[in-house]
Amino acid sequence: MKRKIKIIKMDLDKCMGCRACEVACSAFHANPKYSSVNPSKSRIRVFRDDQRNVFVPVRATFYTKAECEGRSIYIANGEMQSVYGKDYVVCSFCGAACPARDLFKDPDSGLPLKCDVCENEPPLEEPWCVQVCLVDALTYEEREEEVEEEPPKENELEVGLNALADRFGFDKVVDMVIQMATAKKAQEIRK
Amino acid sequence: MRYAETGYNLEIDLSTGNIEKVPTDPQDTELYLGGLGTNAKILWDRVPPEVEPFSEDNVLIFSAGLLCGTPVIGANRTIISSISPQTLLMGFSMMGGFWAPELKHAGYDKIIIRGKAPKLVYLWIHDDKVEIRDATHLKGKSTYETIRAIQQELNQPDAQVLAIGLAGENRVYFASIESSKSSASRLGLGAIMGDKNLKAIAVRGTRDVNVADGERLMELNKEVLKFIDYRLKNPLPGIPGILAYIGSPQEMRLHDEKWHTESFAWGNARIRRKGFWTKEIEEKWTRTLENARKRLIACYNCPVACSAILELPGVPVYVMKCFTKLTYTMAAMVDDLEFGLKCAGLAQHYGLDGFTTPQVLAFAIELYENGILTDKDLPNFPKDNKERFIYLLEKVVKREGIGDVLAKGVYWAAREIGRGAEKFDHNTIKKHEQVPIKLGMLNPIYFLMWATGEKINITQIEGQIPQAPLPKKIREEFVKDWIQIPTGKEERFKEFILKWGDEGYTFPYYPPPDLVCELVEWQEIMHYIDDCTGICAGLSSFPLKPPYHIHNLPLIIEAASGLKMDEDKLWTIATRVRNLVRCINVRRGLRRKDDKPPEDHWKKRFPEYEEKLMDEYYKYRGWNKDGIPTKETLEKLNLGYVYEDFVKRGILKEDQAQGEKS
Repeated sequence: MKRKIKIIKMDLDKCMGCRACEVACSAFHANPKYSSVNPSKSRIRVFRDDQRNVFVPVRATFYTKAECEGRSIYIANGEMQSVYGKDYVVCSFCGAACPARDLFKDPDSGLPLKCDVCENEPPLEEPWCVQVCLVDALTYEEREEEVEEEPPKENELEVGLNALADRFGFDKVVDMVIQMATAKKAQEIRK
Repeated sequence: MRYAETGYNLEIDLSTGNIEKVPTDPQDTELYLGGLGTNAKILWDRVPPEVEPFSEDNVLIFSAGLLCGTPVIGANRTIISSISPQTLLMGFSMMGGFWAPELKHAGYDKIIIRGKAPKLVYLWIHDDKVEIRDATHLKGKSTYETIRAIQQELNQPDAQVLAIGLAGENRVYFASIESSKSSASRLGLGAIMGDKNLKAIAVRGTRDVNVADGERLMELNKEVLKFIDYRLKNPLPGIPGILAYIGSPQEMRLHDEKWHTESFAWGNARIRRKGFWTKEIEEKWTRTLENARKRLIACYNCPVACSAILELPGVPVYVMKCFTKLTYTMAAMVDDLEFGLKCAGLAQHYGLDGFTTPQVLAFAIELYENGILTDKDLPNFPKDNKERFIYLLEKVVKREGIGDVLAKGVYWAAREIGRGAEKFDHNTIKKHEQVPIKLGMLNPIYFLMWATGEKINITQIEGQIPQAPLPKKIREEFVKDWIQIPTGKEERFKEFILKWGDEGYTFPYYPPPDLVCELVEWQEIMHYIDDCTGICAGLSSFPLKPPYHIHNLPLIIEAASGLKMDEDKLWTIATRVRNLVRCINVRRGLRRKDDKPPEDHWKKRFPEYEEKLMDEYYKYRGWNKDGIPTKETLEKLNLGYVYEDFVKRGILKEDQAQGEKS
């Protein structure tokens, strides 16, 4: 089976820190489309630090409930990480919406934001942040990859019940289900 | 709902600590747009001419342009306005960078500061939360150190911070306001900030900025972006490289400095060094810049990277752009670019203007060499110019000894020192140091712009037309796609470019006065529009054949703000703002006698003809012979309240309202 892989590549040496990608992204995802701008709602953000020559665009990836350990592992120079002779701010490359920071959360609702490569209807040929990046710090790549046919998914409920049965024994699970069903029925009758 | 603007200003009285969020009048937006325009209205309303620059009653306004925070490319300018300590007139200084859009996202168009804090403070604005915080621990810290320290203590790496350094704290008359990426440096507004005991303003905003017609604005934006891309790849043929692109002159990117080093004057605006730009110098300077330059960087939402991060031995990292690359080297009369870059770095950390500072230092050296300043004034004064510059820089910033006097700039220092020092003040207009240019033949267009420019700074007035006749072979091509010309002037302006420089069509009598006035007006108006919208002059009013012009700007303003706009209406607004700024200065005493370039600006002068040019321009503008806008002009521009005030103060008499006489 073929699967389409869509990626936005970042060339850190080309980024000049203009944040046009943030403007474009937040306007594109505004509701109605293009009606407002707000970089805090952008799904791509640029870490800039003039003094240390750090310019790193980061795309919002996934939501996570917990902070990762990387923050405490990779610290090299105080708050900076040294990677191949270049200094980067802690979390520089991480696109997660995580409790350690405000990044990639909608400032109004607190809900996590995730880059969708501008796949709204109709999808853009290239994500908009890439289109406005004239220096090609951001480039877009689409390629097809051969992937193995995925085995049919097991029924989730069945998987869950099997796990409970393994832990508490089959009979206990059946008893509990009956108990819960009876209680619910009694409640409905009283109403 | 308000579009493009937020509709709120933040009013802060530092004497009492009172903070208010105040809605603005939408009618002011219609009349003055925003940025400089609405700043001027506030200064007119609130700062009467009796108010001294260093007074609690002087107001200091930090404004975003109307379009900052919208998707409009390059709309990122912060327009800071107050009364200048140096000129005693309205001072407005501007910067690009990231601060203005952040202010908009925090929910404000302007911060209006009055009063003086009892001790050093900084402001922290995080959306609706506004705090005046103690800054005594930041006293004496450099501009860059302050920015970093505030971001760290607030734990807000995304906060945008404006700060002054030691120069601003010590009220040096040419102190700048710095934001790491950009500087607002002309006319000494850093000193006003220092006088108010305001070390910095940190802003973080997470709100939406709304636009009226997003779809339409995006279409217009795409066209502009396409044009920028084209212009970056296609510099204008036949024009010196440094002027052939868009943006600020691309002096961080390009190495050919023949034009600046040979056309501009060295030392205290004294000597032109024709033949300076040799192969050897070019190689050496190229090496110096490339070693120092870590990265070319851009302002908010702009694809032209005009600035660069520079790192030189012995100087903390800093960001530079444009002509400051050369000002210290040329003023110190040394052939060593590295020295100039180091000196500029030190000065920027202290928070000093890169145009005025080197001239003040060069002026002091001239006074010393001519025996006006002596070893008593300058104890242990070094022999070498490089060491002298550093020596003087420290004295000025710390206001030690003679540095205390020099800190007031060339004009005031010359008068305070006396003993003939005034003679060495030969490059100021309205008490402000100008770009060091000394030329041969009078240029009537530049004559009027230098003389009457309310910004007192030629780079903020010029643009649109070449500074000298084009070589004959490229004229046709230049006018072929010259789409930027205002409607109705196409033939006239194209004909001018085609003829200009031919026999019988040379300076000083060509172009004729009426055409000179029209060309000056066009250039002025485009700058005033930018200063209201916050669009960078580097994409608009400053370079030749820019992406923004009088034909697309009204459409962009309308799509973003919802204001009904067309070419005429926009022209009228810019004219109104230009006149209001003039009137603020007129009320503070500015008259025809002040409207003049330095005597030695050109070798060949034509006093009678120059008077005629002035008469023509004043008439064209609807001003009387003394440079005061007439009743008719003011009323036509909805500035009737200005006329009433002029009559009350005796600046205009009621019966001479038509401006026949002064």
